[in-house]
Amino acid sequence: MADTALASSDYAIEVNDVSMVFNMASESLTNLKEYFIKIMHHELFFKEFRALKHISFKVGRGEVVGLVGTNGSGKSTMLKIIAGVLEPSEGTCTVRGNIAPLIELGAGFDPELTARENIYLNGSLLGYTKTFIDDHLQDIIDFAELENFMDMPLKNFSSGMVARIAFAIATITEPDILIVDETLSVGDVFFQEKCERRIQHFIESGDVTVLFVSHSIEQVKRICQRAVWIEKGDLRMDGPVDEVCEAYQRQFD
Amino acid sequence: MADTLKAPTTTHAQTDFQKDVFILKQLVSRDFKRKYRRSVLGVVWSVLNPLLMMIVMAIVFSTIFAQGRNGSVSPEMYPLYLIVGNVTFAVMSDSTSQALVSIIENASLLKKVKVHRFVFPVQKVLFSLVNFGFSLVAVAIVMLWFHVLPTWHLIWLPLGLLLLMLFCAGLGLLLSSLTVFFRDVMHLWSVVITAWTYFTPIFWTDDFIKMMHPALQMCMYGNPMYNYLNFMRQIFLWQTNPEPITIALCAGWALVMLALGYFVFHKLEHKFILYI
Repeated sequence: MADTALASSDYAIEVNDVSMVFNMASESLTNLKEYFIKIMHHELFFKEFRALKHISFKVGRGEVVGLVGTNGSGKSTMLKIIAGVLEPSEGTCTVRGNIAPLIELGAGFDPELTARENIYLNGSLLGYTKTFIDDHLQDIIDFAELENFMDMPLKNFSSGMVARIAFAIATITEPDILIVDETLSVGDVFFQEKCERRIQHFIESGDVTVLFVSHSIEQVKRICQRAVWIEKGDLRMDGPVDEVCEAYQRQFD
Repeated sequence: MADTLKAPTTTHAQTDFQKDVFILKQLVSRDFKRKYRRSVLGVVWSVLNPLLMMIVMAIVFSTIFAQGRNGSVSPEMYPLYLIVGNVTFAVMSDSTSQALVSIIENASLLKKVKVHRFVFPVQKVLFSLVNFGFSLVAVAIVMLWFHVLPTWHLIWLPLGLLLLMLFCAGLGLLLSSLTVFFRDVMHLWSVVITAWTYFTPIFWTDDFIKMMHPALQMCMYGNPMYNYLNFMRQIFLWQTNPEPITIALCAGWALVMLALGYFVFHKLEHKFILYI
């Protein structure tokens, strides 16, 4: 029923001819002196670095897609563009629905505040309403298994504990799109499994679109149906997960 | 199925505005907790600070520079003249110096979560209101001390504050976006604030300014902050309605600065992420 209603927008993510150009010189230019020196030497705006070159792909609603590629090949840049944090230099990226970004868990947490306060702060940044957080606070605490630490400042938490809370907040509701960037490698084994189960649960529901980045090819094969291989900014391959992963691994032989 | 279709309406903010308001509230409350938690005298300091500053300034400027001895401001009124001017100016100096670094301070966040970037400088301006609230207690103490009873003219206070906030928000937006590209702005701004303090009639009284060089007089009366100080002094000190020209100038500067800040911020914000 819902499917027919959404037929006009079957794609959750549409990446259309996206290129991303970074200005190498601009990376380190943050003061006036350097700026004028570079202008004098006519060095400004010349060194360009294309992190992504004319990438196009579409992800259907409910699809689970893995992004593979060696370090520095543009995976994270691609994810940031999809997450709406980075704007592409060329091309367009359309995203339909709300995103739960599991990118570097704990971004936006304040070490001085307690865990409880951080849940509200982070929840607001994710676009939740106050009443929603009020209603689900206990669920978040239960999932993170940190009942007794809720009123402790976050600076006293271990990174694993922070990751637990961050994961719990981001996934407390079923998002339309879930972006998972190497997040499953944090925390202890038990929590990792718990996280994977929850992601698996989303996948099985069939409504959540998942973009998955991992250097563990095994994990990508286990979780995803389809894979996109980006290498040095080029879209190398896009297809069923087994074929792409096999081709990806073959390059090392 | 029906459940998932309904889900976004109940869990997530309906509009960008709703989301931004909640974020702003959370950020202001964060700053408040960070500043005052675990500091017994925290709130007291916020009241004491303007009082102590006023006492120091009153001594320095009434003795060394003979301000408030005669003419436009009487000796009894001079401390009130000082503190009203000072706390009003502090709203601008505090909020802009905080807003200045707000974008680069939240770099890690801006790199990962999609959120309207303007909330960070605007939040700092809103937070300065909290401090102003505490300063008002200090102003009340001084009024009590000198037996100056507040009058109904204080109903103008929200308007004056609103216009001042808009002015600061514009300035904050402008500075925060420039700082992303040139970190020097940080160092420059503290110098500008110091200069601005001296070129605004915070401690100078009218009769003293009239003896200054015409160019200096232009600086004193032509600078935007003069209008906001004047507004506040009219309702707190002179206990009159603010003159229409004062209101007009306050509103005019607020709009000009807001438009400029918004324009520059909007133009530059797309490139922030590459520089933070």
